[in-house]
Amino acid sequence: MQALHHAAASLPLAVAALGAGDGGGGSDVLMQQVVTGLSNGMIIALIAIGYTMVYGIIELINFAHGDLCTLGAFLALTIAGAFGMQSWVGAADAAGVVLLLVSAAAFCAGLNWTVDRLVYRPLRNAPKLTLLVSAIGCSFILVNLALFWGGLPMDVFSGGVSAAAPKDFPELVSDQNLLGEDSRVSVTRSDLMVLGVTLPLMVGLTLLVRFTRLGKAMRAVAQNPTAASLMGIDVDRVIGATFLIGGGLGGFASVIYALYNNTISFQMGYRTGMDAFTAAVLGGIGSMPGAVVGGLLIGVARAISDGYIEARWTNSVVFAILIATLVFRPSGLLGAKLRDKV
Amino acid sequence: MSTASRRFLRPDLLLAAAAVALGLLDGPLGLGLRDPMRGVMVFALLGLGLNVVTGFTGLLHLGMAAFMALGAYAFAICTCDIYPFQIGFWPALGVTLAVGAAAGFLLGAPTLGLRGDYLAIVTLGFGEIAQDVLKNLDAITKGTQGINPLPPPSLPGWGTSGFGLQEFGPEEGPWYWLFLVITALAVVGCRNLERSRTGRAWLAVREDELAARCMGIVPIPTKMYAFATGAALAALAGGLWASLYASTGEPGNYDFQVSILALCIVIVGGMGSVDGVLVGAVAMIGVANIALPKLAGWMQAQGLVTASNVLGSPNNWKYMVFGVVLVIMMRVRPDGLLPARLERGPGGAP
Repeated sequence: MQALHHAAASLPLAVAALGAGDGGGGSDVLMQQVVTGLSNGMIIALIAIGYTMVYGIIELINFAHGDLCTLGAFLALTIAGAFGMQSWVGAADAAGVVLLLVSAAAFCAGLNWTVDRLVYRPLRNAPKLTLLVSAIGCSFILVNLALFWGGLPMDVFSGGVSAAAPKDFPELVSDQNLLGEDSRVSVTRSDLMVLGVTLPLMVGLTLLVRFTRLGKAMRAVAQNPTAASLMGIDVDRVIGATFLIGGGLGGFASVIYALYNNTISFQMGYRTGMDAFTAAVLGGIGSMPGAVVGGLLIGVARAISDGYIEARWTNSVVFAILIATLVFRPSGLLGAKLRDKV
Repeated sequence: MSTASRRFLRPDLLLAAAAVALGLLDGPLGLGLRDPMRGVMVFALLGLGLNVVTGFTGLLHLGMAAFMALGAYAFAICTCDIYPFQIGFWPALGVTLAVGAAAGFLLGAPTLGLRGDYLAIVTLGFGEIAQDVLKNLDAITKGTQGINPLPPPSLPGWGTSGFGLQEFGPEEGPWYWLFLVITALAVVGCRNLERSRTGRAWLAVREDELAARCMGIVPIPTKMYAFATGAALAALAGGLWASLYASTGEPGNYDFQVSILALCIVIVGGMGSVDGVLVGAVAMIGVANIALPKLAGWMQAQGLVTASNVLGSPNNWKYMVFGVVLVIMMRVRPDGLLPARLERGPGGAP
């Protein structure tokens, strides 16, 4: 868990370093990419935790996780549209943002639990690839639901026409530069919002896994499900709780993603999901601090590639990192060396 | 059932007979099915390729569309008149096969030591990178315009002006028969491969890699042959596809959805079953490209939906169909509609 604290500490440090780095033009650009990258990285990390928790416990690459987040973002946009939220004004809007976060998290948690109950649970003893193919199927179903959702006859969904087009998400958290209008590096309220939401969640999750009965049960099931059930642990319940928690984190992530990037589309889950999965693998799949480190690295790598290579190559860069990690260091940066269970 | 009738009720012979009957009767009856059937056969070839990798050898491959794209672009660069090669349809198909096989080897060499699910993700990443490369190297690939025009197939003596090479016209009859012959050759080839020494090694690696190694099979080269064979078949499918539409189309046509469509074909038919792939291709492409548009047209005619409604366009249901097919097949019938028959040992043990 040490790495988690390192990762968490690096963001404020980077922000503090900005004041000093106001001089040269080149370093400003780099600093800006790093700030943006770290913020997106924290979001990716939150989604990556969902992948890594599920993989740690049932060795399933939960392909549908990214698309689950898409649905969370669509729910948030629906609620924002229904209440007519448009931009940040005052305390009422803060309550609105909290409402979006909580409802999307509850929705995604419930949906993830339901998918596990209906689709994965009957396949617990099936071959691993059967489970993976089912997860791909679920992913496609969720993508399609998001596409239909985008066709809702609401103003925020452009009145129901062109369901597939990306949707604007209202700028509920301001993008005004907190370092003053003159600073060439911008740190905004939404950067702080990302940090303010993700960090407590990560700390809370760490505490839950380390110190509660449920956390202990989760670690036991991850280590050996048969032995855990012999010790009286209800394995299916623990797996369900894992999906519930992972989905909830994904729900939070989806809303801050939408608030930070101000645009969502029915295919965003595939892209973001691949980033998050790459982050989980890079950090060492099954390891939660690894997911956070991996998420920050991928976020920064994406921002640097956007700024210094070309945005159209960024996805290829991420996939190249993924393939290189899998080929040369399949256990990731922080993962334990895995031995195939026979 | 007598031995003789069982011999002639084999699914492959029935399918072949149905395909020949369709080719002969389609014109007189005016069914208009020969045209979409050409697409079905292209995807059957793609499915046959994936079946070698996933069905015979047990390696989940999520990037078959990339090899199809590679085949289409190789064919285009060899034949299109904006490039200096212009070697004609048949030599270009040969190049397509070779390029596909080489790409399969190249992807397989560093990655085939990986565990099953990691390998699947690497193939997925390869597919995405290939698509990006095709899109971004627009100096060579013409970016989103695609490379066109591409020549149709040609055969000796088909036309009226003597016995030279004659190009196919827009009429679908010759295309249908040519694609049918190529698909039939690929089916026979896959069956023979399955029974060959390499093919038996593939099945052995799929069933139990450790046991296969104990019998003297070296897994990685064995898997590489499977990768190369599958990639070559997928590339062939891509080349024929490009020739059929006289264009490679945009790189986005060879996306993850196509790889998943190939997977659906293999899974619906039955992993490892060559006949199953044919049934799967007819079922999946039939649903996606023939039944869904017809259903949508009917619903619009009945006034149930309008064209601007998101639910009204058949294209918007494709993900749902693929997803539901995968989930239900995995749950109810993981062996597919026409499961591969395992050789039974003494005492009936598989």
